[in-house]
Amino acid sequence: MSIENKEFKPKIVAFCCNWCSYAGADLAGSSRLAYPADVKIIRVPCSCRVNPMFVLRAFEKGADGVILCGCHPGDCHYTTGNYYTRRRMSLLFSMLDFIGVENGRTRVEWVSAAEGVKFSTTMNDFAKKIHSLGENVRLGDIRCKN
Amino acid sequence: MQRIGVFVCHCGSNIAATVDVEKVVEYAKLEPGVVHAEDYQYMCSEAGQMKIAEAVKDKNLTGIVVCSCSPRMHETTFRNAAKRAGINPYMVEIANIREHCSWIHKDIEEGTEKAVILARAAIAKVNLNAPLEPGESRVTKRALVIGGGIAGIQTALDIADAGYEVDIVEKTPSIGGRMSQLDKTFPTLDCSACILTPKMVEAAAHEKVNIYTYSEVDKVSGFVGDFTVDIKKKARSVDMDKCTGCGVCSEKCPMKKTPSEFNRGLENRSAIYTPFAQAIPNVPVIDRENCIMFKTGKCGVCSKVCQAGAIDYEQQDEIITENYGAIVVATGFDTIKLDDFDEYAYNQSKDVITSLELERVMNAAGPTKGHLERLSDGKAPKEIVFIQCVGSRDVTCRGKEYCSKICCMYTAKHAMLIRDKYPDVNVTVFYIDVRTPGKNFDEFYRRAVEEYQVNYIKGQVGKVMPQADGKLLVQGVDLLDNRQILKEADMVVLATAIEPEAGVRKIATMLTASIDTNDFLTEAHPKLRPVESPTAGVFLSGVCQGPKDIPETVAQAGAAAVKAIGLLAKDKLMTNPCTAKADELLCNGCSTCANVCPYGAITYEEKEINDHGIRENRRVAAVNTALCQGCGACTVTCPSGAMDLQGFSNRQILAEVDAICR
Amino acid sequence: MQELINKSKELLASGSINRVLGWKAGDLSYNPEPAFFTSEEELADFIYDDFCAANLSKFMIEAAKKEGKTLVFLKPCDTYSFNQLLKEHRVDREKAYIVGVGCSGKLSTTKIKEQGVKGITKITTNGDTLEIATLYGDKSLNRSDVLLERCHVCKGKEHRIYDELIGESKETSDRDKFKEVEMLEKMSPEEKFAFFQQELSKCIRCNACRNVCPACSCRKCVFDSDKFDSAQKLNANSFEEKMFHIIRAFHVAGRCTDCGECSRVCPEGIPLHLFNRKFIKDIDELYGEFRAGEDAETVGPLTSFTFDDAEPQEAVERG
Repeated sequence: MSIENKEFKPKIVAFCCNWCSYAGADLAGSSRLAYPADVKIIRVPCSCRVNPMFVLRAFEKGADGVILCGCHPGDCHYTTGNYYTRRRMSLLFSMLDFIGVENGRTRVEWVSAAEGVKFSTTMNDFAKKIHSLGENVRLGDIRCKN
Repeated sequence: MQRIGVFVCHCGSNIAATVDVEKVVEYAKLEPGVVHAEDYQYMCSEAGQMKIAEAVKDKNLTGIVVCSCSPRMHETTFRNAAKRAGINPYMVEIANIREHCSWIHKDIEEGTEKAVILARAAIAKVNLNAPLEPGESRVTKRALVIGGGIAGIQTALDIADAGYEVDIVEKTPSIGGRMSQLDKTFPTLDCSACILTPKMVEAAAHEKVNIYTYSEVDKVSGFVGDFTVDIKKKARSVDMDKCTGCGVCSEKCPMKKTPSEFNRGLENRSAIYTPFAQAIPNVPVIDRENCIMFKTGKCGVCSKVCQAGAIDYEQQDEIITENYGAIVVATGFDTIKLDDFDEYAYNQSKDVITSLELERVMNAAGPTKGHLERLSDGKAPKEIVFIQCVGSRDVTCRGKEYCSKICCMYTAKHAMLIRDKYPDVNVTVFYIDVRTPGKNFDEFYRRAVEEYQVNYIKGQVGKVMPQADGKLLVQGVDLLDNRQILKEADMVVLATAIEPEAGVRKIATMLTASIDTNDFLTEAHPKLRPVESPTAGVFLSGVCQGPKDIPETVAQAGAAAVKAIGLLAKDKLMTNPCTAKADELLCNGCSTCANVCPYGAITYEEKEINDHGIRENRRVAAVNTALCQGCGACTVTCPSGAMDLQGFSNRQILAEVDAICR
Repeated sequence: MQELINKSKELLASGSINRVLGWKAGDLSYNPEPAFFTSEEELADFIYDDFCAANLSKFMIEAAKKEGKTLVFLKPCDTYSFNQLLKEHRVDREKAYIVGVGCSGKLSTTKIKEQGVKGITKITTNGDTLEIATLYGDKSLNRSDVLLERCHVCKGKEHRIYDELIGESKETSDRDKFKEVEMLEKMSPEEKFAFFQQELSKCIRCNACRNVCPACSCRKCVFDSDKFDSAQKLNANSFEEKMFHIIRAFHVAGRCTDCGECSRVCPEGIPLHLFNRKFIKDIDELYGEFRAGEDAETVGPLTSFTFDDAEPQEAVERG
């Protein structure tokens, strides 16, 4: 099989807060709302636990897309966590865009515990986007050795 | 190096149908640290848990990975199993291969591959887990119930009967809620007031129950076992201790043009008013927005006529701060606004009313003194049309997707009561479906059809057209006969969808309790923990959680009370050990973390630090584990990585990232 | 310069300070270096000229651990860094005697050399011209042609914190500080990537940027601890290797005063300030203008929020 024919199987890391989005993912599961198996979820207590270093590490290790899901602003289990997430990720994503990483490989979505449907559609949509962008080479290669 | 045991659950066929569990076992064995791996039909069963205990003993395990359903389901189960087997419960990690894998993937190869990766991530994490010990926090033996309807009253009474102090906060001037507005109740047709009033009196008289009416929750801080709540007692302008409840003030009040909230605006009330005769407390309030005295400074009639000298125009809003161990939300519901439903002519004709308005019309204390009459001309109606599902089961944005649940039954009740009292009145009901599950419910509905000859038509109403002669022309469709219907009616009653009481979102936000897109509060688990919010110490009573009738509400109110009592009965609570912890050697003492902590859990101390032989006084962060709830906001703010979250450490999460991206 | 030395001597003699933090002459006339002086004799080496660009604020962290007060000379832009460090409890205001020194822009030796000047023996400033004596004869240059990049976007002549002021300052700003960032923003992703890949590939991970940065003042850098599995030697860990500058910039986002020291000291000439300035620009545009170090109290933009902040997608996709 030649490389060109090899099916692109993206690696997508989804950080989900324990209280809303992880529960939303559970609801998507119990409601049998499918989304691609490329998406792997990491449970964090709150979206504000996600260090930009985690996002960068995922890309460096070969992730093609990273998505953060948390409670809707105003509904954070810890009251304010997602507000910090919003600022941090706005700056991080804007920086990635600035250095030429395709906009679209990173995303933040607010998914409540009741939004199983939203979780599923979000993941389908994100996986589709990553598929269209193809393999992430840039972040793995921002410092080429030559 | 850890000695990890991996246990892969079949969950019957729930997992095993789309995940090759044996393969997961096989691959898990290849991971670093894994010394044991096996699969079993039901890991959560006693036999499954025994397997864990045996492996711990035989293989001397230090860490456990269970590949099963969501940790939200059985993490506690497996942690307890680990504890019994002699391992620290926080050495257990769950790979969610059911909700996040087998249930959403159809292809077994795909499912298995993903399950293997999820297992790897959990194994990578456990390799870095450390035993954690929960701390203890105190329990304030007092409960707060937000909302004084039947749900709140019942919850408060049950908690009080168990011997704990309870405060009810009710935003209107009286407790009683929606049930106090109802005339009769289904399926027994007993009088609502007759069964509610004794409960209200009991609550008011109970020595353990304290009622704050005309009050709202203003601020909530703290956490399970020790919430601090600010309650805003709005100025009543009447001294509750002096007022005798004689009612002369309301009678003499010259300003009688304010629509009565209690009578759903079908009648006016005075500016100083008691919402209804059986109100508790039987002390009026001055509605300052409509009071002439407050608007112009000239009137003072109520003050002059009050023999007790209870009128106090100077009264101020008051903030009461109280501590509670448990909080029960019982905020109830309202009917939706019908502004977007022009086709039913609700805003055009006084004779198109909602079912809740009909309750007031049928009630002896209502605007028509209980006589069934048209509100436009006072004439007795001969034809009444009921329209079901107004705004319920409506997927357009103007309505609600859900079924309001109570409408089929109350419409049957209304139809039956009307036919019973006024046999000459014809009653027609347009419905999509008639839903009457419940004890004696379907029998009740059958009686309406068979005994009382209520005319049920399966079909929707497209339009209600007010006619020049005051009649209402109802245009509908009979789906069973497949024909258009044009029906002349004297009165149209809309079974209006119910929605959570306005303001519940604000309360949910204050409590950090989850709320869904319809503004119903979310349960900790829809089936197994239906009266608990995911936020520890917050419980749900009544319609704030979802549509319910009275018996269901009362049952749930009792259940919420039991959960609250179970919490209040404890002297101490185990706290979540997954708290932030500062590495003193790395801490800069910069205070950035304290800025983002929502709990004020981080303080700073000057401390002598021994940094590899160098002793110096440093300013370092200290986390109060009783206050820290483990969100992790501080960990990301900390530039040096000194602040870390136990159980979700930087290295643990990175290990998961690495395992997934491998 | 003599006034600064006199002040130092006077305060040392009176015992109100224990040491002076300033600059001393280097081995060449254009490379003075930061230094502590504890006696009149040592002050013989004291220097303050157009090449004293080094921001001394960060050295005040060490000074705070020493006995007694330290006199420190801060240029207007340096005081921003001092304030930021004060906010973060890294320096001790009580143990600092701040003399705000006049500054009319500092010079870049790199830029001078880029003008083809070699074998410099002496440089004297004469108004807007620079008289340079070299082994190959005398040269003169326009001062404005060899100003440090940061002086072209000068923050102004005002000292944000001081105990006394000595000397006159001049605002030298003549460029839009976000111009370079805007140019890059307008490029296609491919062009942006090519630019940064080329620049970052020059990095030899000498850590000069980190060591000079007053915001990078952690006792122990994350890249030197095992908290993120990143404590590896050069080139051993590709994560650290590849993401170092992005992570470094993020760690100082909202704290960076844009002092420009990172770019000034980079031996490979990587325009590292671009990362910081991109963050500053985003913060200004998204959360309102914010200048780190303007005072020592205002809460930084990443430790605060408003309820209606932009969503990350909007932040990336805006204009």
